[in-house]
Amino acid sequence: MTSSDANKSADIKWQLVAADKQPEADSRYLIIPLALWLADKADYENRTDIAVWLDSGEEPEQLAGDLHRLAFVALNFPTFRDGRAYSSASILRQQLGYTGELRAIGDVRRDQLEQMSRCGFDKFCLADGSILALSDVPQFSYHYQSAADNSEPLFRTQQLD
Amino acid sequence: MYKYNRYDQQLIDERVAQFRDQTKRYLKGLIPEEEFLDLRLRNGLYIQRHAPMLRVAIPYGMLNSKQLRKLAYISRHYDKAYGHFTTRQNIQFNWPELEKVPDILADLAEVQMHAIQTSGNVIRNTSTDEFAGVAADEIEDSRPWCELIRQWSTFHPEFNWLPRKFKIAVTGAAVDRAAIQIHDIGLRLIRKEDGEVGFEVLAGGGLGRTPIIGSVIKTFLPGKHLLTYLDAMLRIYNRFGRRDNKFKARIKILVRAMTAEKYAEKVEQEWQALKDGPGTLTEAEINRVSACFTHPEYETFSAEKSTTAYSAQSATDARIADDSGFAAWQRRNVKPHKVPGYAIVILSLKPTGVPPGDVTDTQMLQIADLADKYSFGEVRTTHEQNLVLADVKQRDLYALWQEATSGSLATPNAGLLTDMICCPGGDFCSLANAKSIPVAEAIQRRYDSIDTLHDLGEISINISGCMNACGHHHVGNIGILGVDKKGEEWYQISIGGSAANDASLASIIGPSFAREEVPDVIDKIISVYTQHREAGESFLATYRRIGMEAFKTTVYAKSEIL
Ligand code: SF4
Repeated sequence: MTSSDANKSADIKWQLVAADKQPEADSRYLIIPLALWLADKADYENRTDIAVWLDSGEEPEQLAGDLHRLAFVALNFPTFRDGRAYSSASILRQQLGYTGELRAIGDVRRDQLEQMSRCGFDKFCLADGSILALSDVPQFSYHYQSAADNSEPLFRTQQLD
Repeated sequence: MYKYNRYDQQLIDERVAQFRDQTKRYLKGLIPEEEFLDLRLRNGLYIQRHAPMLRVAIPYGMLNSKQLRKLAYISRHYDKAYGHFTTRQNIQFNWPELEKVPDILADLAEVQMHAIQTSGNVIRNTSTDEFAGVAADEIEDSRPWCELIRQWSTFHPEFNWLPRKFKIAVTGAAVDRAAIQIHDIGLRLIRKEDGEVGFEVLAGGGLGRTPIIGSVIKTFLPGKHLLTYLDAMLRIYNRFGRRDNKFKARIKILVRAMTAEKYAEKVEQEWQALKDGPGTLTEAEINRVSACFTHPEYETFSAEKSTTAYSAQSATDARIADDSGFAAWQRRNVKPHKVPGYAIVILSLKPTGVPPGDVTDTQMLQIADLADKYSFGEVRTTHEQNLVLADVKQRDLYALWQEATSGSLATPNAGLLTDMICCPGGDFCSLANAKSIPVAEAIQRRYDSIDTLHDLGEISINISGCMNACGHHHVGNIGILGVDKKGEEWYQISIGGSAANDASLASIIGPSFAREEVPDVIDKIISVYTQHREAGESFLATYRRIGMEAFKTTVYAKSEIL
């Protein structure tokens, strides 16, 4: 079993609820849209099997105060060209102090995983169906700038001359 | 000049390997066309009208002779033995083969060059004053800051998929030669009375379909906060910039829609969490990068010689100074240097009949030799698409002029009418409405007298082949824009633009013209100027004084010979 397959089987129980849909009664392990969470969060009191997904134009600030109640947060890439989720991820990590799992979902492509990982994503549900973990993502040996993965810029990590 | 350390080198080497792998997978059909398009753009590779075009970064316009020789080699080995310098201080090769691009990049990496982020919706090459570090009117050298921005923006993970391309310009002199008011972000270096260095920050300038002059959003940003503040500025743009219409996706539209005050407020708010964080520049880092831009070993000359003049010390010298060709060149193409006994020399890439900004492989080699011989081995590119030798001894000017003349590099037209800025246009660019190079050439042919040109003085003509405005036609004293009228190429003409400190956008004079008419129209515009100008008044000053009407009347007057 590849690591992607392993990830998938561990993941299979999670169900994504589309933006305009309601979950079926008594269903468990739900990734619900932000609007649904904001409307019904009282109903999900004491549940540990609820995650929320945000579309690229939605503001992660709306989850401030709720983050500790979520199993994870997922950010959607409607197309691989839409770069807003990189900032949403950075805000979740840097501004809101979110330390839990952060998933990339939607049109997620292999050649962009490195950038996603540096913005704080740590799980990747690719458009081709594979699911990857942070350790599967190849990285450059160094990076110049600080980013939301808690990294420091090169000028702080290396003795430069 | 900045020299790579092993980290810089390793990063570009890894990028070459990454791009080689992406190209290989694309050619095997493992990356779909539409995805590879975006991946290759991020590395400067366009598919143009005839062939791919590779744009190579020249960070803030600084090149050394070794790099220039490599560019000459690349043009000869992989292309048609010439290159094209762009208005963003970069160089383009118009005919490489896609399969060979990874090899070109590997060759470039050997001389600390790359094509990273030279196109695509990313932070592009930062541009600056071509006289940085040597200008007599300099407040602070902008190049260390440009290098710090280069490093910060290289593979910035958060800003690699922006709504649209993003351009930053920095100036550190009294005269703004970097056109910071028409950039997405403009930075003006300031030194406060107590010695603290920082920036006035502008946002939301730009040309294109909706030309806008940038607004000041922060009057003083201390230097060490530059990168975290840029993070905040870019983040607000990345989140809220429009993505539904590519013509409304630049930051200027966002800033205008939300107002500059509101944008500044949001940036300030976002910045609070980033300020003083790990992205804050350390003094050690600012010093390390600044130390790369120390002055070369200048000879000491007496202070009286701090002019642009060729120093005539003997009878032979005096005769030389009278040589009218040399005198004309010296008047236009030699600029004052801050060190006594030295001068700045502009090598014009605008001789008549050559597309503005084009140089052959032979010329590149020759320029590299001139740089080694006369200017500490360094060359700069300018946004006017010329080259600069920044540190020439005044006593070498005549010898340099003679050598440059033999390479067609000494046209004495810097800043004059024939020193046109011109995009590649319909001859190369697939977005063009009309050709631009033949228009430039027709105008140059009309104005072939050096005396006339010198008499007319400073006039900028800018030509773009379409609304994307790569030729910056809105800020030309005279702007020419290619437009499409029922499938035919027409040209709209505007006057009164400027990209300098007194930046202004040109106004359209009236209905557009066929290509053959353009030189006559330029003639008429110039005739209005020569009739109305007061002693020593420039074209722009005359236009600003007398207004559009006189120009309009003359240009559209019915011809009697009709
Ligand atoms: S202005 Fe238009 S025609 Fe000219 S280079 Fe830019 S996109 Fe091409």
